Amino acid sequence: MSEKRVLTGRYFMMGNVACAEGAIAAGCEFTAGYPITPATEIANQLAERLPQVGGTFLQMEDEISSIAAVIGASWAGKKSMTVTSGPGISLMLENIGFAIGVETPCVIVNVQRGAPSTGMPTIGIQGDMVQAKRGSHGDYEIIAFCPSSPQEMFDHTVIAFNYAEKYRTPVFILSDAFVGHMREEVIIPEPEKIKTVYRRIPEPGADPQRVKGFLDEDVAPMPVFGRGYKAHVTSSCHDEYGKRNLIDLSALDNYIRKLSNKILKHRDEITLIERDYEGAEIVLVSYGAVARAAATAASRAREEGIPVGTLRLITVWPFPEEEIEKMARQAKHVIVLENNLGQIYPYIKAEAAHFSEVSFLPPRLMGQIQDPEDILTKIREVAK
Amino acid sequence: MSEILHPLHRFRRPSVTSTTNCPGCGNGIVVQSILRAIDELGLELDDFVFVSGIGCAAWIPSPFFNADVLHTTHGRPIAFALGIKMGLPEKKVMVTSGDGDLAAIGGNHLIQNARRNIEMTVICLNNGIYGMTGGQAAPTTPIGVKTTTTPYGTFENSFDISRLVIAAGASFVARWTTVHPRQLTGSLKKAIQKKGFSFIEVLSHCPIQFGRKTGLGSAIQMMEDYKKRSLLAKEAAKLTEEELKGRIIVGELVDIEKPEMIEEIEKMKKRASGGNA
Repeated sequence: MSEKRVLTGRYFMMGNVACAEGAIAAGCEFTAGYPITPATEIANQLAERLPQVGGTFLQMEDEISSIAAVIGASWAGKKSMTVTSGPGISLMLENIGFAIGVETPCVIVNVQRGAPSTGMPTIGIQGDMVQAKRGSHGDYEIIAFCPSSPQEMFDHTVIAFNYAEKYRTPVFILSDAFVGHMREEVIIPEPEKIKTVYRRIPEPGADPQRVKGFLDEDVAPMPVFGRGYKAHVTSSCHDEYGKRNLIDLSALDNYIRKLSNKILKHRDEITLIERDYEGAEIVLVSYGAVARAAATAASRAREEGIPVGTLRLITVWPFPEEEIEKMARQAKHVIVLENNLGQIYPYIKAEAAHFSEVSFLPPRLMGQIQDPEDILTKIREVAK
Repeated sequence: MSEILHPLHRFRRPSVTSTTNCPGCGNGIVVQSILRAIDELGLELDDFVFVSGIGCAAWIPSPFFNADVLHTTHGRPIAFALGIKMGLPEKKVMVTSGDGDLAAIGGNHLIQNARRNIEMTVICLNNGIYGMTGGQAAPTTPIGVKTTTTPYGTFENSFDISRLVIAAGASFVARWTTVHPRQLTGSLKKAIQKKGFSFIEVLSHCPIQFGRKTGLGSAIQMMEDYKKRSLLAKEAAKLTEEELKGRIIVGELVDIEKPEMIEEIEKMKKRASGGNA
């Protein structure tokens, strides 16, 4: 029986298992979830491993209560996570908005599956990309990672926890059934080589009436429960002290803008991008599992003498507008590849279309990642 | 001359100077009972985390109590409270909410956590109506009553919430009304100390949204009605279902010992970690 928090070593590991191990390595102490394909392996691994290291996995009555318990545990001072797939996210959306409104660090893993509705559970589709950003009511910003390998399921989960804690916000892992169920080499580093972050909290013994625990663009210290801060935590419109204000429009304006600006102000330090487009005239833009096909197609195209590069979004949200513009200023043609009907495409087009031609290539069959041959055909077409 | 303060004054959040409750609302009586119970047990608000949902009763701790308070989404306070208790098992966790929040939209969390028997105190202020939104029918509104969404009278059967929670497996269940503040305080003290899921239903009069529309009248008239219809559980046991029609069975309905979830989780963790966690 293993009782170590960090299972340092070299493994042939499933993406979902790597995600669970990443969470534990990041210091996660509480997870709650509801069984759903294709995310179950994460829950199963956490249920087995967390109690060995003093943590808890709880199977809840539904996804609504799963995210609620995760938010509650986070306010109790614990690093917390929930894991699910699209239908579960649909149920969680109201409370995800709550977590944003009261600035709660937590990680939400969505192993995306064939959708809409109950769809096709074992097939990976990038169908919930905009849902993560726009699914809950109101304006808000979110942070979302798109891992494309089991190794990244581990690595991104660790960074997701760190971002959640640093920016006091829910952070999404937008994986899919392909990456979740993929088995590949996963290297888990030594514990001291894994950087972990814990939220800033107010000074111990601070006068509760003076603690500004909310709505700071540079992230307010979190007045976690049980330490005498007498925190009043409401997702109704409130001020920096957490005091509710339901009549003053300037308070509402402050509430909406500060929450969004907290993320947007730090977009550059949050954004992670893989750029390989120096000298390229055609740039393939993709993320997640599709990026693997894009990389293969680009290298074959270069062998044919066509100057093709790639840009991979590791964090899709907050949307890296400037990075897309920078790439588009250099490229003549941008080809967007997603395993959906074009969810991030309009966002990319909005930034890139002024500088270059932008087109979209879906997979031949939805749920089937683009065949590198199909991407090559498209490349040859636009290279003419 | 020194200022004369209410004996429970120290529990009030200093920045709160007014109440959002309607004139004659039953909330105030329940607030007093909760705070008296805490005071009489020698506890302080820092020993608690308060959680509430959406609706009039959810505004009892938020923002009134000078304590850690999480004011959550509609129907979900018990689910949030579960997470808080997992993270802070040494704290008392108390949920206050209404019948609409706990028995309609949040009904599943109520029964599932009664089943889990996780230690927390849930107080349900049952006013039989949706007060905050303007008097719509609730699952607790008696059949035939005219409300804003049932202008021709309700046509659904109503819940007996306490019986529901008993059936789901709670350790402690009591029901009182706003004419029983002393008994309520007594039961609250037991509930707060209970190692398990404790549930207290308080029939709380809503003169504005219930009394006015249904013709039951003012706060005083509604309380007179509670007084007339209330019957202690041990007396009720002697009567037939037919004789109990329209009566409010009050008292401590369940008080049992059974395994509590967090203690069971701790045992499980010891097994899983070989005692090292």
